[in-house]
Amino acid sequence: MHDQRVYLFGTCLIDQLYPKVGMDALALLELCGYQVEFPLEQTCCGQPPYNSGYREAAFDVAKNVIKAFSQEPLPVVVPSASCAGMIKHHYAQLMADTPLAQAAQDLAARCVELVDFIADKLPYEQLQQSATNQHISLHLSCSSLREVPVAQRWRDILTSLPGVTVSEPENAEECCGFGGTFAVKSPEISACMTADKAQHLSNLQSEHIVSGDCGCLMNIGSHLKHQTGEDPCVHIATIIAQAFGVAYDE
Amino acid sequence: MTNEFSQRITQALNDAELRQNFKGAMHFLRDKRAQSINEVADWESLIQQGAALRRHVLAQLPELLELLEANCQRNGIHVHWAADATEARGIITQIAQSHDVKRVVKGKSMATEEIHLNEHLIAQDIECIESDMGEYIVQLAQETPSHIIMPAIHKNRLQIAQLFEDKLNVSRDPDDVDGLIGIGRQVLRNKFQFADMGISGVNFAAAESGTLCLVENEGNGRMSTTVPPVHVALMGLEKVIPSLNDLPPLLSLLTRSATGQAITTYLNLISGPRKDHEQDGPKEVHLVILDNGRSRIQQDADMQETLACIRCGACMNHCPVYTRIGGHAYGTTYPGPIGQVLVPQLEGLATHAPLVSACSLNGACGEACPVKIDLPMLIRRLRQRAQHSSPHARRFEGVLWQIWRWLNTHPRSYRLITGIARFGRKLPFPTPKAWKQRTFPRPAKTSLHQLMKQRNNKNHEHN
Repeated sequence: MHDQRVYLFGTCLIDQLYPKVGMDALALLELCGYQVEFPLEQTCCGQPPYNSGYREAAFDVAKNVIKAFSQEPLPVVVPSASCAGMIKHHYAQLMADTPLAQAAQDLAARCVELVDFIADKLPYEQLQQSATNQHISLHLSCSSLREVPVAQRWRDILTSLPGVTVSEPENAEECCGFGGTFAVKSPEISACMTADKAQHLSNLQSEHIVSGDCGCLMNIGSHLKHQTGEDPCVHIATIIAQAFGVAYDE
Repeated sequence: MTNEFSQRITQALNDAELRQNFKGAMHFLRDKRAQSINEVADWESLIQQGAALRRHVLAQLPELLELLEANCQRNGIHVHWAADATEARGIITQIAQSHDVKRVVKGKSMATEEIHLNEHLIAQDIECIESDMGEYIVQLAQETPSHIIMPAIHKNRLQIAQLFEDKLNVSRDPDDVDGLIGIGRQVLRNKFQFADMGISGVNFAAAESGTLCLVENEGNGRMSTTVPPVHVALMGLEKVIPSLNDLPPLLSLLTRSATGQAITTYLNLISGPRKDHEQDGPKEVHLVILDNGRSRIQQDADMQETLACIRCGACMNHCPVYTRIGGHAYGTTYPGPIGQVLVPQLEGLATHAPLVSACSLNGACGEACPVKIDLPMLIRRLRQRAQHSSPHARRFEGVLWQIWRWLNTHPRSYRLITGIARFGRKLPFPTPKAWKQRTFPRPAKTSLHQLMKQRNNKNHEHN
């Protein structure tokens, strides 16, 4: 075991809806030899009000995140490209000309998306040989394509897992229609985009729909559950953790 | 506007034919662009160059416009300044009246759409015919353009054949696209010949030489600007560029992003009226420089880059919202992401606040923009301003964010309250209207915070 330490930022969606994803991320970081710190002061990254134009609310919440993760200069690992994007690309300008400007830049530099962080650190020799084949379809979140370009990392790591076949849907680079409050304020357009995305993913007839962002997974999963009664969405951390035999048992 | 906008959205989403037309067209345009930018050795550095150039223009805008005016005048072009749409219409009407104009042919111009010029001229008893095929179709159908580059993209060939049959009494096999276009060309040929005045837009205006640049594919722009005795060009004041040396990179960015073409079929460089020894060309050329809110945007540091736009339409072609609802649903002259950013600034955010909500901030528009306009950031900024523009309507949302802010800045209370909320996870609660097509997600039995706290306690015991 190394004695290196990292922070884990759980994100609010994982905290409230998908805690298993956080535990799988924890297991993967420990598998890579890290001691994981989870500051209990963490809440949300502030993206929902920030994207809705409520900058003051976003500012205060970002301040809380900066404080929670600045006790020590450790890497901050985030199992979400979207939340990582918020911290990496928007905190600095939110905090510009305030006493926290430097701390925001510092945090942005330390912040890293989960798969990006572990991809070259995982002990691949410990991969469990799979007896059965698993077909998954990969949904690339907008953040993984643009703000925090980790889409290729997601693809590479999934295809390297034994017994896993990865497909990508038609219009793979198109938004799933979630967009946070967009789904509430423009419900019809959002539902239409989600239906298209869900259809393209379902066309692949895979067992699981996998992505690294819980916002997309919640959106697509909620739609499919309404349509079919089943939610086939799984976070990438869970798929990787399963392949290494370290997945959290709920 | 909220209500009308959402009604138009519902209508558009329920129109299967419209949806299919846009889906097909946007995919086609996206593929064409992708192929075209692959041909450029270093597209990214071309974008850097174009982006820097447009920002340089915005920083020097007053000086460049004065230089443009001086050099156009030196070339014999009459230059007019229009503070708003009313002034622009007045200037153009005056020019028309002083030449006793009865018939006008128009090249494609979004600026003239912005000032609603056609309706105005027709009200003055001046015939005003659109000569771009797409614009002509839209005019025949008594509609407005649904796309800034492809005005009639919302119609398929069956609908166009039907329109020609209804309005022109000519029937043609819808699969014979050349034949269909031929119908329009026949009508227009005649109009060019007898027009008293031609009106066009301007894609770029080179200040150093006083040259108006106009790109097009049908030759109608050249006909409209050279056959009639008077040519009036209307340009938004941001279209100025320093010199013709700056044209090649911007032109390449424009045509490749818009239609996937390395260059358009026609590139018109208009440097003045017919000279004494020349046999062709208009006897008079007028340039109307339109402000209509643009100088206000230029002085707004946070929003200035809105004016860097070269009107290629790539942002709408890549926008998943535009692709689904089409241009008319926006109810604005400029639809899609650039319209969502530009129109509220030109016409007021109070009436157009719902427009800036209709975006998932997926970033595809910003990625496609050939002059690096950070459209998602501009939309966020407008959302922020929209809160203050109509506080009454937004009070409820404001209160929700206040509660949210309090919860997320008080970690202890956050843990306590979200912990208690677990007990309510199985309670039947109504699915919000917005999510009626989805199964509303329920909180997990144990939150990650609770699991991590248990882990911390266990670690303590071990130590």
